[in-house]
Amino acid sequence: MIMKLAIAGLLATTVMAAVPAQAETLRLLTWGSYAPEELVKKFEAKYPDITVEVTFSNNEEMIAKLRATGGAGFDLAQPSHDRIFAVQQEYNIYKPLDLSKIDTSGMEAKLLDGVKANTTIDGEVYAVPHQWGTSGLMANKTMAPDVKAWGDLCDPQYKGKTSMRLRRTILLGMAFDMGEDPFAAYADLDKYQEILDKVADKLIACKDNLKAYWKGGDDLSAMMMSGEIVASETWDSTAYKLYAENKDIVFVPPKTGALAWIDTFAMPRKGEADDAAYKWINFVLEPENVKIMSASTGSMAAVKGAKDLLPDDKKAAVNAAFTDEDISNLQFFANIPAGVEDMEGKTLEKIKAATGSE
Amino acid sequence: MKQRDIKRLSLILLFAPFALWIVLLIVLPHLGMFYISLREKVAPRTYEFGLENYINFFAEPIYWNTLIRTGSMSLLVTVLALLLGFPIAYYIAKIAGQRSRGALFLMCLIPLWVSDLIRAFGWILLLRETGIISSSLQWAGLVNTPIEFLYNDATVIMGLVYTVILFMIVPLVSTLDGMDDSMIEAGYNLGGNGPTVLRRIIIPYAMPGIVSGCIVVFMLTAGSYLTPILLGGKNSSWFTEQIYDQFITRYNWESGAAFGFLLLAFTSLVVWGGLKLSGQTLNSTVARS
Repeated sequence: MIMKLAIAGLLATTVMAAVPAQAETLRLLTWGSYAPEELVKKFEAKYPDITVEVTFSNNEEMIAKLRATGGAGFDLAQPSHDRIFAVQQEYNIYKPLDLSKIDTSGMEAKLLDGVKANTTIDGEVYAVPHQWGTSGLMANKTMAPDVKAWGDLCDPQYKGKTSMRLRRTILLGMAFDMGEDPFAAYADLDKYQEILDKVADKLIACKDNLKAYWKGGDDLSAMMMSGEIVASETWDSTAYKLYAENKDIVFVPPKTGALAWIDTFAMPRKGEADDAAYKWINFVLEPENVKIMSASTGSMAAVKGAKDLLPDDKKAAVNAAFTDEDISNLQFFANIPAGVEDMEGKTLEKIKAATGSE
Repeated sequence: MKQRDIKRLSLILLFAPFALWIVLLIVLPHLGMFYISLREKVAPRTYEFGLENYINFFAEPIYWNTLIRTGSMSLLVTVLALLLGFPIAYYIAKIAGQRSRGALFLMCLIPLWVSDLIRAFGWILLLRETGIISSSLQWAGLVNTPIEFLYNDATVIMGLVYTVILFMIVPLVSTLDGMDDSMIEAGYNLGGNGPTVLRRIIIPYAMPGIVSGCIVVFMLTAGSYLTPILLGGKNSSWFTEQIYDQFITRYNWESGAAFGFLLLAFTSLVVWGGLKLSGQTLNSTVARS
């Protein structure tokens, strides 16, 4: 499927290069499930002169790709809201949005304001919200009923039966679990380093308790479905997918709050099809299209009443996971200041290289 | 005069694709990488020239420990591939009949038709706790609890040996193939027994193949990414993973580029050391086999 798209893309670019065609091409750089075929077809039917090319990626690779070209090669990207401010200051790969061209009236005000506040540089807004979701815990209720906090992954009663991804999410989750506020410490990097050192000690001691670090949704799902692990750190969408197959596997917002991310729309600095990009943004935020999108992503769109636009099985999974109190307890990822990636990277390396308590 | 022009023209024409390949795809990118590796980030969008990235590598034990670990595991893989590959190559080249030889060679090639990723997933399906091997052992009554074979260094080494053994077998078969059977017969006629013939006649003759196979296998292993990542466990860091992390998750191209060069320097050094120790040169081995 990706191959097909890639070949289609390759063909399209060759044709484009050969003949200065009338049609416009919208080159999307986005997440695996954020451009379902159905929606792309519908969009191309509505705007016959626009062809959509999709490249699937993730936060880090999106930024690496754009950085390599100084923001050329794509017309619309979808990084998370905390990956814009510092990245823009450092590498200058995005351009400001023209908010008058985006229909923001249907967007959930809290999320819109949050993203705007996080991505405004010199009075210009660089991103608007699209999908949002959380990172938290997933547990098999019958085998690990007591998993309620990040630290429970290190509980010896589940020895060899828990997992996590060795990335920044677990560092932040553990910091909250130890009573710290890492986001507040972003302002004082010495303090943040102290927190990271504490978290590293905890996670190194915890290594023995884990079965393995998961690397992607697929291996996490396989371990969880087969019962090889009973609890893990997870993205909520992965947990919802498993809930559809096994009602015992639920998403558990940790008691210190699930960590919430918002994937945004941002425009690469040398993008060429701005109008088409604005059309895509407005198109996918229309309620009936949000439905198609959410069915594919498994996450909620940043529009009002997003929960009702989820497919029924996903809605059930969300209801099984979140109470209103959990929602108000969410911790939104704060902007990553320059230098923090390096500090976190070093901490993660330290944890990976440590040989545990054996 | 005309003859010489034609000669020169054909040399240029024949050499051009190779020269373009080397310059455009190997030399230029490496120069660019080398330039990046010498930049130090002092503030957003400001860089200075210096050796900081290289100094960082030596100052941080985690980095060079990982490099040494990668190097020693790669050497182990090379040795295992040689020990396993030599008898196979010998059988194909010397013992198998003309007709079965082609079929055997083809069978060795088959794993290469499948991509690295699929092969790694194959191992995962076989070896995981709820996987085929573990459940068959339980079914046969040999063990009563599921066993996890995945996520440890032994699995990584096995996966790597499986992936690279072909690159050991091919040069060995072609060198052994050129060896006259009468040399072995003569060895026996002069009173040598199996091990002596192997040590004094076959191995010295196969040396070019052994060395070139070892070089290829070592380089491939030290530079591999997917197999160690997918099969490795909580503690198994691989140096290529560090390079990926520097480039992608930490946006630190400068130190990623420096790491890349250090890996290149390290593997070249090991190969050079291996050649010196075995008393071989590139001319007498790789160029001949």
